[in-house]
Amino acid sequence: MARLTPIDNAYFDGERTGDFTVIGSAVQRSDARGHVTGRTVFFEDMSLPDMTHVKIHRSTRHHARINRVDVSGALEVPGVLRVITHEDVPNNWYVVLRLIGVGPDDEPVLAEDRVLYRGEPIVAVVAETEDAAREGAARVVVDYTDLPAVLDVEEALADGAPIIKQAGTNHFVYEGHHCRRVRFGDVERGFAEADRIIEGRYSSSPIEHAPTEPTGCIVVPQGDGRLRIHTNTQAAFFTLDNTALILGVPPTSLRVVGGTVGGGFGGKVDVIVEPLACIAAMLTGRPAKYVYSRAEEMQVSSTRAAERIVIKDGVMDDGRIVARKITLYVDAGAYSRHSPYGTTKAAAHMPGPYTIPNVHVDAYCVYTNRTPSSAMRGFGVTIGDFALESHMDRIARELGMDPLRLRLKNAYRDGDMKAHRKIASGTALVEVIQSAADLVGHDLPPEYRAMSSAERAEG
Amino acid sequence: MPSRIVTLKLNGAERELIARPSTTLLDALRETFGLTGAKRGCAQGGCGSCTVLLDGRPVVSCLIPVVTVDGSTVDTIEGLADGDRLDDVQQAFVDHFATQCGFCTPGMIMSATALLDRKPDPTRQEVTEAICGNVCRCTGYEPIITAVLAAAEHRRGVPLASAEAEV
Repeated sequence: MARLTPIDNAYFDGERTGDFTVIGSAVQRSDARGHVTGRTVFFEDMSLPDMTHVKIHRSTRHHARINRVDVSGALEVPGVLRVITHEDVPNNWYVVLRLIGVGPDDEPVLAEDRVLYRGEPIVAVVAETEDAAREGAARVVVDYTDLPAVLDVEEALADGAPIIKQAGTNHFVYEGHHCRRVRFGDVERGFAEADRIIEGRYSSSPIEHAPTEPTGCIVVPQGDGRLRIHTNTQAAFFTLDNTALILGVPPTSLRVVGGTVGGGFGGKVDVIVEPLACIAAMLTGRPAKYVYSRAEEMQVSSTRAAERIVIKDGVMDDGRIVARKITLYVDAGAYSRHSPYGTTKAAAHMPGPYTIPNVHVDAYCVYTNRTPSSAMRGFGVTIGDFALESHMDRIARELGMDPLRLRLKNAYRDGDMKAHRKIASGTALVEVIQSAADLVGHDLPPEYRAMSSAERAEG
Repeated sequence: MPSRIVTLKLNGAERELIARPSTTLLDALRETFGLTGAKRGCAQGGCGSCTVLLDGRPVVSCLIPVVTVDGSTVDTIEGLADGDRLDDVQQAFVDHFATQCGFCTPGMIMSATALLDRKPDPTRQEVTEAICGNVCRCTGYEPIITAVLAAAEHRRGVPLASAEAEV
């Protein structure tokens, strides 16, 4: 198939000669031979003498005050070497995004006097064998006083809801504001001018990444005093810098060895296992392995955030959308992790790939007593698109209009001002829909065939 | 219960180990023999990442106490290639982009090998059933099914894609 636009080689003038030949041809993956022979080395394929194993005692409560933690039973298990509590963590409070200026630090590496979700780590047990570590973790006894739990984003923001966060609000604060806001035009005027108002409410559940290789790492003390961290992180420098900050050591005292990930999908972007494995290695002077069990991977590791998205559109009978108001809730769960950033992405993505003159977005990053959510494949955007495109279909049904024509009519074009005040460029939604219509044999009238992303020809 | 000496015919060679009652076949392969091709994805027989052949049949090695298979023949991913020369299933996985992260690949190839050893001319449905216990989170399975069918064709005399490319 001929390219619609020729490849622009000008950028490489004077640097390279000849044509690009890779696109359109099959090139063997550089890692394929390792994968098919079993020689690719994943972190857990390392075997070290004297290796210790870390297992975690986790909260059994959604929200509770911790009155007392008794580790004596764990220490009686043969093979258990140490227990690690929050007192052993040099800088216990962190948020991974502090590296790009997001705050405050809102998550403890190990719980102190409260737990905010079921599965929150309280005590780490270091032992000679995995079995002993697991048994030791099971023998830790925690005395709780249950606190009221908040498990729904709208309940969390309602008047009188129990405040679960130390910062004093159940939502992330964006530069003094209660949510991430987009204001463009005047939606109320748009609603008044519209022929009809079409509303929708869309919800999603948390989604687990479910990598076949569980999240984990092996930390090896080096002869020069540094710690070598073999990890399946997707974010080596997030791991390096956050681990150094938590340990209170210079980043140069750590060496991260990564790059081989047995499935990530965003689930291995948080910094969870490395700090505790480093502390275990520092306290014992021996290599330490901390790897999630499958149950931990499914129940405790971050998920894609559940979202709730409420859309109110002002629509003309000819299909033009003249106003779109969106209230969006991202369920961050108990701690921030990457959700404040994901919520900003969600806000900036609205109102979707459509040019709408009046837009109003309130995007809330909400804390609840649920498993923390974080990064996953287009987080902030993916669920937003589910809501937006479901709503476009709803509008089409209500107007009795072809859903492709509705989208073509409203599709953004090059040069349009987007709601968050970036000029749209390189847009291709019109052409993509035209091509998709061809592929499925969907008739489009000539005026829709003539549309182009390059210019807005119709009135 | 005391530990026991267990003998295996492992990738063609007689091997011994001292095993505790709780030592799984997967533990023995990975920790005693250093054969880390078989992976621990779930440790509960659910993902197939640890699949090896036991007397020619695909098994999830994480669920088998190694003391119960004393005297058996065990074949792993490490035994398939002849030096640097890949076998036809491995080569087909390379040619058809049937790998992404690679974590499920050894188990997937062992399940496919067991199928083709038993049935050199499988239908697409039979390939799907043969790998239904192997979870792949990356590929969506289609290139894997294509690769297994290509390997089957190769065993019936049709050259692999890479062989054609070299001609």
